[in-house]
Amino acid sequence: MKASSWYATKRLLCLDINNMLTNKEKQRYQKHLLLSKIGEVGQEKLKAASVLIVGAGGLGCPVLLYLAAAGVGKIGLIDKDSVDLSNLQRQVLYSINDIGQAKVAVAAQKLQALNDSIELVPIQENLHAENAQAYIQQYDLVVDCTDNFSTRYLINDFCVQLNKPFVYGAIHEFEGQVSVFNFTNAAGVQGPTYRCLFPEQPSELEIPNCATNGVLGILPGALGMYQANEVVKVITGIGTVLSGELLMLDLLENTSQKIRVKRRPDAETLIFPVHETPTPSHCEITMLPAEISVEELAIKLDEKEDLFLLDVRNMNEYEICHLENALLIPMNTIPEHIENIPKDKPVIVYCHHGMRSASVIRYLQQNHGYTNLTNLVGGIHAWAVEIDETMEVYQ
Amino acid sequence: MGVNNKEMNYTINLFGITREIVGVSQYQLTLDSPANVTTLLGHLKEEFPALKQIKSLLVAVNSEYANPEQAILPSDEIALIPPVSGG
Repeated sequence: MKASSWYATKRLLCLDINNMLTNKEKQRYQKHLLLSKIGEVGQEKLKAASVLIVGAGGLGCPVLLYLAAAGVGKIGLIDKDSVDLSNLQRQVLYSINDIGQAKVAVAAQKLQALNDSIELVPIQENLHAENAQAYIQQYDLVVDCTDNFSTRYLINDFCVQLNKPFVYGAIHEFEGQVSVFNFTNAAGVQGPTYRCLFPEQPSELEIPNCATNGVLGILPGALGMYQANEVVKVITGIGTVLSGELLMLDLLENTSQKIRVKRRPDAETLIFPVHETPTPSHCEITMLPAEISVEELAIKLDEKEDLFLLDVRNMNEYEICHLENALLIPMNTIPEHIENIPKDKPVIVYCHHGMRSASVIRYLQQNHGYTNLTNLVGGIHAWAVEIDETMEVYQ
Repeated sequence: MGVNNKEMNYTINLFGITREIVGVSQYQLTLDSPANVTTLLGHLKEEFPALKQIKSLLVAVNSEYANPEQAILPSDEIALIPPVSGG
């Protein structure tokens, strides 16, 4: 649904008698009602809105507190974690008495005590590929307060698929990023998605997170405030939504910068790439595939060892050069050709430089239970350079 | 603009993990030929091989997302922005 029609639907909902403010609510939201840009109409929109907050940690706590206080009618909060002593430096919803308890249960209880006129839906699970669609489609918009890439990309991909805007926030030591992705403005212009900025999901190994790096406890508070603010703007339609711009804040230097980003024309086709498999439980380090060098492979082939060679490049690359007797299954067609990949003998997977083949191996290991796959380090390029000088090298 | 065989200095602002890899928040790169986003990134990755590990790296020129083939002038404000995962 386009945001313009989304607004229209919301406006209709606002006429619903259920979303009219009670006298008690008028008192509670008095300071909002005094703002001409919000007023009773804006407050009723907040009451009619539903927001799913993914992650009840550093970013989630301030977002939850302020959206509950602001009167967002239905707030879903999803997080599998329990409260740990090391959380209390920044996750301000929790106290020492809560240690060991489920974050969402503690949070829901405290938020309900803060505002008894809103509905809270605590979900003690990780958001993963199997439950994301069912949860996300129940809400008007999503707030990304997660601490790992696989869930961030999952939120992006499902929000793009289901046409929901989401408010992104991410932190690193003393700096953070905020933006509103997949947002369609009143003029019908679609803003960028997360993949328009960062098309490929990095592994947790290449970029550290707060589990391994430190973070200033105040930082998620500051960034979470920006996220909550954007949620209120999206729902009420006031101000300029932070869409088409990545806001970067540095708390050490008090600098901020906005980077303008356009939606890529192929934004829809970037979602759910076959070589990326979101891990169900967060912060799991992906298992590294076994590796073989071109020299080792040359020896094994000389010794006529029974190996299955799998080439995952494209047809045109295969035509330039390939290993003798290798089977070509281009990476994007792997899911349709699982039955062609044996499980009963060693399989050497290769591509141009060894990146795509590593992705394919991870996919087959995680989704199809393969344990017999080995990645050719450096790919066919290394083979051409080190082993077979007659083989054509290409870019 | 785009004069060959003349040293050109580029100032690159670094964020997140790229700041840690390079070790400073602002890096000066001197090239003897005009650069675009791809060649500039190539030079940086050569000097700091750890940058090669980051699959998605956003380059902003004058506070705007820059395509790989976009030309860069020494007067441009260049930023290297990695994805950030913490929350």
